[in-house]
Parts: sequence; structure tokens; C-alpha cells
Amino acid sequence: MNRLVSFRSKSRIGTTPCSSSFYARLLGSSIDASRTRSTANASDSLATVSRCSSLVPARTLTGSSLFGSRNGSSARLSNLTGHGGSQGVARRFCSDAAAERESMEYDVVIVGAGPAGLSAAIRLKQLCGEKGVDLSVCVVEKGAEVGAHIISGNVFEPRALDELLPEWEKEEAPISVSVSSDKFWFLTKDRAFSLPSPFDNKNNYVISLSQLVRWMGSKAEEYGVEIYPGFAASEILCDDNGSVIGIGTNDMGVAKNGSKKENFQRGVALKGVSLAFSGNKMIQCCFMRAIKLAGRVTLFAEGCRGSLSEKIIKKYHLREKRNAQHQTYALGIKEVWEIDESKHQPGAVIHTLGWPLDQKTYGGSFLYHMSERQVAIGLVVALNYKNPYLSPYEEFQKLKHHPAIKPILEDGTVIQYGARTLNEGGIQSVPYPVFPGGAIIGCSAGFLNVPKIKGTHTAMKSGMRYLLHVLAITVFVLLSGIPASSSFCINEYKKKESQNVRSKELSIKSFLCFCNCPGMLAAEAAFGTLLEGSNLDSYWTTLQNSWVWEELHKARNYRPAFDHGFIPGMAISAVEHYLFRGKSPFTLKHGKPDHEATNVARSHSPIEYPKPDGVLSFDVPTSLHRSNTNHDHDQPAHLKLRDPEMPTQVNLPEYDGPESRYCPARVYEYVPEESGQLKLQINAQNCLHCKACDIKDPKQNIEWTVPEGGGGPGYSVM
Amino acid sequence: MKIMVAVKRVIDYAVKIRVKADKSGVETQNVKMSMNPFCEIALEEALRIKEAGLASEVVAVTMGPKQSIDTLRTGLAMGADRGIHVEATGDLFPLAVAKLFKALVEIEKPGLIILGKQAIDNDCNQTGQMVAGLLGWPQGTFASKVVLDKEKQEVMVDREVDGGLETVCLNLPAVITTDLRLNQPRYATLPNIMKAKSKPVKKYTPEELNVATKSDLEVVEVTEPPKRKAGVLVSSVDELIDKLKNEAHVI
Repeated sequence: MNRLVSFRSKSRIGTTPCSSSFYARLLGSSIDASRTRSTANASDSLATVSRCSSLVPARTLTGSSLFGSRNGSSARLSNLTGHGGSQGVARRFCSDAAAERESMEYDVVIVGAGPAGLSAAIRLKQLCGEKGVDLSVCVVEKGAEVGAHIISGNVFEPRALDELLPEWEKEEAPISVSVSSDKFWFLTKDRAFSLPSPFDNKNNYVISLSQLVRWMGSKAEEYGVEIYPGFAASEILCDDNGSVIGIGTNDMGVAKNGSKKENFQRGVALKGVSLAFSGNKMIQCCFMRAIKLAGRVTLFAEGCRGSLSEKIIKKYHLREKRNAQHQTYALGIKEVWEIDESKHQPGAVIHTLGWPLDQKTYGGSFLYHMSERQVAIGLVVALNYKNPYLSPYEEFQKLKHHPAIKPILEDGTVIQYGARTLNEGGIQSVPYPVFPGGAIIGCSAGFLNVPKIKGTHTAMKSGMRYLLHVLAITVFVLLSGIPASSSFCINEYKKKESQNVRSKELSIKSFLCFCNCPGMLAAEAAFGTLLEGSNLDSYWTTLQNSWVWEELHKARNYRPAFDHGFIPGMAISAVEHYLFRGKSPFTLKHGKPDHEATNVARSHSPIEYPKPDGVLSFDVPTSLHRSNTNHDHDQPAHLKLRDPEMPTQVNLPEYDGPESRYCPARVYEYVPEESGQLKLQINAQNCLHCKACDIKDPKQNIEWTVPEGGGGPGYSVM
Repeated sequence: MKIMVAVKRVIDYAVKIRVKADKSGVETQNVKMSMNPFCEIALEEALRIKEAGLASEVVAVTMGPKQSIDTLRTGLAMGADRGIHVEATGDLFPLAVAKLFKALVEIEKPGLIILGKQAIDNDCNQTGQMVAGLLGWPQGTFASKVVLDKEKQEVMVDREVDGGLETVCLNLPAVITTDLRLNQPRYATLPNIMKAKSKPVKKYTPEELNVATKSDLEVVEVTEPPKRKAGVLVSSVDELIDKLKNEAHVI
């Protein structure tokens, strides 16, 4: 087995040995990627279908389309692995023994058990049930349990849930507190001024999203979805043509220096695979055929700034595809308190603007009264702030001392703490969500409605929409009687009595009308492009025709308006809201990307933050303890520096080490070495998986990769 | 030879514990639960003995409410062959658990029982010893090394005691409780989790086993430990002695 000496010197990724073998492992693992498998139900049908599909290369491959093969750095490698198509055994450029993983095959693989991922899984199983087919769905989740990494305000708009699980109330979903009051305050240091609330939260609920997702997880399992928490998807597996065929999970039991511990376990490859047909019904066959034509389906629902989703967006140039702008982000820091009974008003919703943030920094706070004497309080700070001395965590601690907020929290105790970044780019920043082999759904694409500050319902809908378009393809295939490309389908059709088929046609049509799907047009477009073997563009079309798009379109100008400052922002927002009502003729653009917006340290002065008092405000270690965060300490640091010297050469001298301030978990610390020089210390064990460092690092030197599954925060009421 | 391993479902070690408002216990609603870390070590040791060819079967046993089955499934995913779930609502104190164990041993007749030294929720450190007492079997507790000798039908156990390490030789059948340094438990891999779904789990109730689980112990109150007070700087030795005598009452 060759060692990867040459590869490592070219690649500047990672400071630990294991990290540089990350890419090498990807090379190795994708080699066993696309072997066709015959299943128990094979029969001639399968053979026919696989002949038709261009997405299942029949030959076992050696020079597989390496994930990194499009980058210049691995051009040399592709030659070496015989990308020219020799049939010999490929050399494995991986220091780990034979990078072969055990692989498990599913029809659909979903990365991330959040609102979007679980909605997609549930919807798929519902469609299966209606059509009488069976597809295997697998959801992998890096958190230790479903809901462990879910954190959100949350004032929930049940629109998407009503469509997905209309009986949610009867089935005891943890949604019980309706919004009872909606206040909007402008804060100065000592006072709070009431402003007219721009939100309409009348039929919404105050919930804990973590609890809702946990409930959705149990519902998904009832439908037969396989959910595996504690497994982190760390690699994307591709085939010959560069289509995504699945993901690989992290190796477990790797020591800090990259060696294998005694409990080492190689990661598992989860792949989509050619389907076995069950049953003889026309509908089934067409539906299954549609999914199969949709290719091996891998959905990425990793949430904001998902690590694999970002790679996918870069690889397939998904932003350029629709001339989308870059994504802009904010960091939300939140605590759940248990307060005095007398101060608790279930359903009360308060949002604030202004203090403690200054005119140039966009952001605001929220305070929601949940059930059982609990309140959720948090501060959201846009990450395009300019002052490198700003610490969103400390601003949050200041906020709690405000005279309007302090009385609510007094005599209370903090139950949990957490932080997460969220998207603020809106419709201008949504990338093209479809790529060969799957799609990106939920916040990984970025459907959060910024002025509404709600992203849950749009994330869920985006997951559901994906499945609907597949059904549309089914219809087209059925109604157009096409399947000329599939003799199997024609045979099946002949087997049916015409009456039966006709009634099924009708039922499909009515179903589609009910779902408000564009129907034939979308199916037509989908089918056409699919025959060329590329992708699922009709998802894009159906998405743009849904209420998600309509909502985001109306909301598109509010956030960019604030790039010009607080007053202009408020003015433009007022014009948008009251005058244009979302029908404005212009679309404002975002300013600089968040990491470029930071000014150098010398143009600002350090901010003196008050010391925590231990009652209302706390230091980071105390707060961190409340997030139930843990990682196995003996594993390679999952936060990788592209250039290990950059922190001491650029971040510290020019920006005064902003990562030591914006990280809400104190992962980054500059500590003096023996020589007295300051050096960056990465306490990866503290990481809350918020992704702020990946976004805000001025030179984009920090890369957040996924640690061993099961680590990270343990949110239960966030 | 069959090995029986006891596993317990407890609050995950990384979770911040909160005391319930009525002081009757700790908050367990919506809190992450997982297998007791010492039980994981016990199961790992049993699996290693089986993989060395010295045992034929590893049976994981858990006792508790309906949700304990999740912990059992984790045990099966790690490699246990069969599971036994004694479904019992209400608090189970160590003596009741030991009695239930005795009843199961009479059914299953294992050659070795391995338990964790203590559970991280009650820190009792009693169950293993009580099981050995009720059965009249030899016990090797706080094991940091276990070496089985099949021909001689005995097991050498290195025990971690206050004075250092003590090695005892036990005739089989025996009871062993594990300490932290014994081994590093393996991860349950995805394929194993899938296979575990089809492994058999037998259910019992305490009534079926003829065991009365009512305890002579009753938890009266659970409170948080008193908050640490700030330290006080004293200016002289006399002041120190004065404070120790009159304020802290320790001399």
C-alpha cells in the first residue's frame, strides 16, 4: 500500500495526521462505490431497469470520480489511480488499512435528524404507504440522540406541520402554549420603548424545538424510518460520473495523534442503491422508477452551514448556478430559565432591538414564555459586525441586566445554555438546491424568513416539497404512457385491466391537485432532464411555486436594508412593510461576506465587559456546563486550521484574535507559551457545533469538520 | 459457559443534574439516558472473554421501566447474544435487584456474573456484593484485570483496593464487578445496531420470579449540596485558630 507522502505535502488541510488522511480515505472509499448489486427480488425487471438508468455504472471501477479530483491538488492522484479506466486494482492512498468500509444500502439516505430531515423522511414514508410501495429510509444524526443538537427560539408556525401530520394535536406533539401577547421593544441602556409589533404571531405557538424534533423522531420511527443518532456523516461518496451515491460515517476510536485506539471502528458507508421492485402494480413500478431515476437519493439536512452541504455547494457550484449571493449569518446565544411562578406568563413573546448592540451591528433579542415556568431568552447578533473586540456572549450577559429584563429573570435558575448560527441571507442567498444524486434541504440551503425570524416551517416544507416532485415524475410517467425506455413498465401495463389503471390515473390526478403541485409541467421538465441523467430540477421549480418561495420573496429586503445602518434599515423596512407590502420592484443585495466585514483591531478599541455576577450573568465555563456538551477527549481536534501559522501571524496581530471572543464555548484561547509568545489553543472538547468560527474567521482559515458521532451539546429543552 | 452481565439505564454522565422542585428526586423527564459506564465496561469484558473462546454466550440483563429496553438494545448492539428485561416500575434498591438476579441465575445457570462496580445515579456499590452473598458465590470486586482459566475452572482477578492492587483467585461460578481501568468499551457500529433489533429479549416481572421488591429503605428528601461559600483571607495564625475554634468548631 502506498503511503500518502506526496498528497500530504500538496494539501494544506489539517494539522493532525488523521485529518490529512481525510481526503485520502475519501479517495479510497469511493473506489468500492458503484458496484451494482442484485437483490433477492431481482427478476428480469431489475435487469431491464438497470439497463435504462444511466446512474448505475455496471463496471466495477478503479479510477472512480474522486471527490477531490476537480481540484488541482489531486490531479496527480487521479492519474495514479488509473482514472483512464484500467481494470486493475486501484492503489489506496490511505494510511488506514484498506479503506474499505462496510456498506449499508438504503433507498434514501438523509443526513441530519432535524425538522427538515425528519419531515422529508416522514413524507416519503407517507407517500410509500399511499402507493403501496416500500422504500428504505435511513437518517443519520451526529448528536447523541434526536434533538440533542436542536436549538431555536422558538415561536412556531404550524403551517408545514399541519400539512405533514395534521393530527399532531391528538398525537400529543409538545406544542401546547399559544402565543398570548406579542411585544416589541426598543432598548436603550436604561429604558425600553414599546414599538408597534411588526410580527403577526396570532396562530403560532411557543415551543421547544428540541422537544418537537424528538417527538417527530418517534413519529418517523413509527412510520418505519431508521434513525441512527450518534453517527456523524463525515464524507461524501461519489461514483464515476461525479454523482453523489451516499455518505460515509466517521471512524470511531481514533486517538488524538491519529493512531487507532483499542476500540477503533471503521466508519460505515450508507448508500442509495438500485431498487428491488415489490408488487406488480403499475403505480408502484412508476413511482419506484421515478425514485430510481431520481438517482440514489441523498438529502443533506445538516442545518445552517452544514459541513458536508458546504462542500456540496462548492463542488457543484450551486450558488453560481442561479446567481445567488453569498450566505450571511447571525449567531444566536440562548438560555432557558425557570422563573418565579408570579412572573411567568405562558405565551408571552417579547422581541427587542437596540441596546446592547450599537447602531452598526444588526441584531436583537427575544424572550419567550414557554410552559412549566420556563422562559427562553436569547440574543441574536449578525456576524457581519465590524468590531473585532465584540463578544456576542458578553453582549448577551449585559442584556440580562437591563431593567426591563432583569425583573423577569430574578430568582430564577438557568436550566440550559446553547448557541447556534442561523441564516440571514434569505432568498438572495439560497443556492440551487439540487445536485446529481440528491438535494440540500432546510437551513443547509437557507430558507429562514429573517423578518419573521422563523425558519422551522420553511425548512420542513422544503423537505416535504422534495418528495412531492418525485410523485410528479410518477404522474408524468404514468399519464404519458411513455415508459418506452422501460419495456418492463409496458409489460406491466399490459398485465393490468384497463379499468383499474384508469381509476388509478384519476386518483393520482386528484391527489396532485390537492397538493397544489404543478403536475405535468414539472414532471415533464423532470423527466426530460432525468433522461439526460443529470438531476431533479423540477424540485427547484416546485419549490419556487410553493408558499416557501412566496414568503421568502416578500421578506427579501428587510435584512439587507440594515447593512446601511440602523436608521436607514428601519426606514426601508417600514417602507417595505407598510407601503410596498412585499411587492417592491427592487431586490437589495447583501454587503460583504461576514468574514470580510471585520475591521482590523487598530481601528477599534477594546470593549470593557462587566464581570459576571453569578446570578444573572455567568462566565463561559459555567454556561458551557449547562449545555451538557461533551466530546471524547482523546480524538483528533475536529477544528482544522488550513494554515497552522495564520492565527499567530494574522488573526492575533491584525484582528486581536476575534475567535477568542465570538466563540460561545471558549474553544479558542491564546495562551502564552514558555517563551512568552501567545499561541492559539483549541479546546475542541468544548465545541457547541455552532459553526461561528467556520463563518467568521477573517481569512477563512478555520474549517469545522464533524467530530466523532455522539459528541457535542445535549439540548433537551432548547 | 454462559456469562450474565448486568446493565443499568441511568442519566447520561455528561448531563447536568437538576433536583426536582418537590425534592423527591432528580429531574429525569426529557433528560438523556444511557448505559451506566461501569456496565459498559462489564459488558466489554464479557464480550472479550467470549471472543477468546472461553464462553459460549453473553446474556445482558436489565431491570427497570419499559424504556430500559433501549439500554438492552445498546448492549445487544455491542455484541451480547440475548437480552433479559425484568420490567419493574418504581424504585429498585440494590437488595431487590440482587434477589431478582438470584432468581434469574436459578433459571439461566451462568458460570460467571459480571456487573459494574456501582451505578452513577445512586453510587451504592452494593448490588454485586449482595448477589454474591445471596448465591454464596465468590466475588472479585473493583476488578482492573480479569484472567479466566477454563480447565481449572477459576478466575484470577486484580482488585483495586486502597492499599494498591490485590490479586484473588476465585472458583467458578463467581461474581465480578468492574472498575474503570479494566478495559475501553467498544462502540456499537451501525450494522450491529441493525442486527441487534432481531436478537431475542425475554421479559419477566418480579411477580413471575417470586421476588418482593418492596424495600425497607425510603428516600426522604433529595437536595442540592450547599453552595460553596467564598473563602476568607486571614491575617495571622491566631486569627486562623480563633476562626477554626469558634466559627467552624473543628478544634
